[in-house]
Amino acid sequence: MDRKHLVPLLILCAFLIAFPWFVTPFKAVSHYLDVMVFAGIFSMVTLGLSMLMGHAGQISLAQAAFFGIGAYTSGILTSRFGWSPLAAMPFGILLSGGVAWLVGIPALRLKGHYLAMATLGFGVIVHIILSEEVDWTGGPSGMVDIPGLQIGNWKLTSDVGWYYLIWGVVVLLMIFCFNILGSRMGRALRAIHEEERAAEAMGVPTARYKVQVFILGAAFAALAGSFYTHYVTFLNPASFNLMWSIRFVLMVMMGGMQSLWGAIIGTVLMTFVGNEWLHHFAELEIVVYGAILLIVALFLPSGLISLPGLLKRSSGPASPKGSGHE
Amino acid sequence: MSEARMSTVGEVSPSSSGEAVLEIRDLLMQFGGVTALRGINYRVPAGIIQAVIGPNGAGKTTLFHCISGMLKPTAGAVIFDGESIEGLPPHQIAGRGISRTFQHVALFQHMSVLENVMLGRHPRTRSGFFSTGFRLPPMRREERRIVEAASGYLDFVGLSDSAHQPAGSLPLGRQKILEIARALATEPRLLLLDEPAGGLNMRETEELGELIQRIRGEGITIMLVEHDMNLIMDISDRVLVLHFGQYLASGSPSEVKDHAEVVEAYLGGSE
Repeated sequence: MDRKHLVPLLILCAFLIAFPWFVTPFKAVSHYLDVMVFAGIFSMVTLGLSMLMGHAGQISLAQAAFFGIGAYTSGILTSRFGWSPLAAMPFGILLSGGVAWLVGIPALRLKGHYLAMATLGFGVIVHIILSEEVDWTGGPSGMVDIPGLQIGNWKLTSDVGWYYLIWGVVVLLMIFCFNILGSRMGRALRAIHEEERAAEAMGVPTARYKVQVFILGAAFAALAGSFYTHYVTFLNPASFNLMWSIRFVLMVMMGGMQSLWGAIIGTVLMTFVGNEWLHHFAELEIVVYGAILLIVALFLPSGLISLPGLLKRSSGPASPKGSGHE
Repeated sequence: MSEARMSTVGEVSPSSSGEAVLEIRDLLMQFGGVTALRGINYRVPAGIIQAVIGPNGAGKTTLFHCISGMLKPTAGAVIFDGESIEGLPPHQIAGRGISRTFQHVALFQHMSVLENVMLGRHPRTRSGFFSTGFRLPPMRREERRIVEAASGYLDFVGLSDSAHQPAGSLPLGRQKILEIARALATEPRLLLLDEPAGGLNMRETEELGELIQRIRGEGITIMLVEHDMNLIMDISDRVLVLHFGQYLASGSPSEVKDHAEVVEAYLGGSE
């Protein structure tokens, strides 16, 4: 991992450890812990998506579908077949990764944004299967009786326990991604993003790496889906539709896709905004999302993460273009 | 097939009777109805500086694209070290030992000078997503070797003092040199330089000529597309002249210089 990420990571950890002490004593905000668990689960999805969008230059509109594959695999294997959640989790990850491989290979061999189109279609298909395969998934009315997370006799029940587990996993995934980005593979991804022709001529198998990052993102999403299943213990296809895929893309864009920090910031912020305030708009929620997307794209194309730099530049002398992308 | 013609066209002179590192047979490259290259047969002996010249539109860069895999020839064969490589993707051709620079600088502008050269080590290293994500010990050792090797190449071309600057902040002349260092880092046996002196001043061009000769000294064969005739005459061992996508002449620089058709092609004599 690049040393420059060490201090921010430590600050994040300190914040995460301290957070429950600030919110649990106060009734008005004590449910923030629950919101943070969801934000952490969604962060696993957006970390993988950020690798794909910011570093492999591709957009996926099927992250909610991979999230759903992980969720339903865990749900079905534990509730119908009595598997332990810990055994079901890797199964969902493998299934999701395998499906991503099948979808990604034809779509990514072609140049341009064929992946966005292919995943758009794929996401819709998955949502239809989840809604129609009533025998397996419970259909539109959903799936109940899913066990919580249990290891041996020890059962994870408290919100605080879930909070620390989820964010512990998020921090580990961040370190994993930072390790990749600070190495041979990360250089190859940046090279593809900056000058694909030259990367290819220097021996970087660009198509293969794009597929691999896509698979990685699908695996992260499935992991998140599995945690989600055992946290809420109830599944409904509506949590895995196209709207959610767009929301994940929006979270990454909002925070800034050139940095994994952008994904985390965007996800936490959007989860709080969505949970706490946006539901007041009811059906108009989608309009608000559209407006947010428009504002970010027009005025803050590099996301919230670029704000400090922009403020510094507008007050100080012009600095050379930072380490962002075009 | 065309063995007979092979021996008359582009035959190696007795003084440099080395093995051919590259052999091009009946190369045809068409884009729709336009023929960019036709009937090219040529052998490049190992260890030389092979210039490729010709007026604009003669097909020089197209030839490089066909060799490096950026274009798939319509017909014909490109044989590198005795094996056919036409139609292979560029990254595999790089792995086999052909590297290149670009006519218009194609560096990774936001990466540092050192990182650009480190990227050149890609085909000679192997850690994947799994081992880099978990920072397994073999990956850490490999990463150290990548830094060492890349620093060595920067030393070789004389860019060590700019190692940590963003590549895009270098002046054009040094960017061109950096592209060569990045290409060298892939450990090529054949290096394709597409107009390396374009945009350089006289002193920079002279230094470039010395660098290219030092690279030949390392046993690397160089193919050079260039418009600077002084540079060509100074450093190349053989010259291939293309004209409207076809073979026009080849030989030593002085032979080519006196070749009547070449003079005509360049001076634009009447058809």
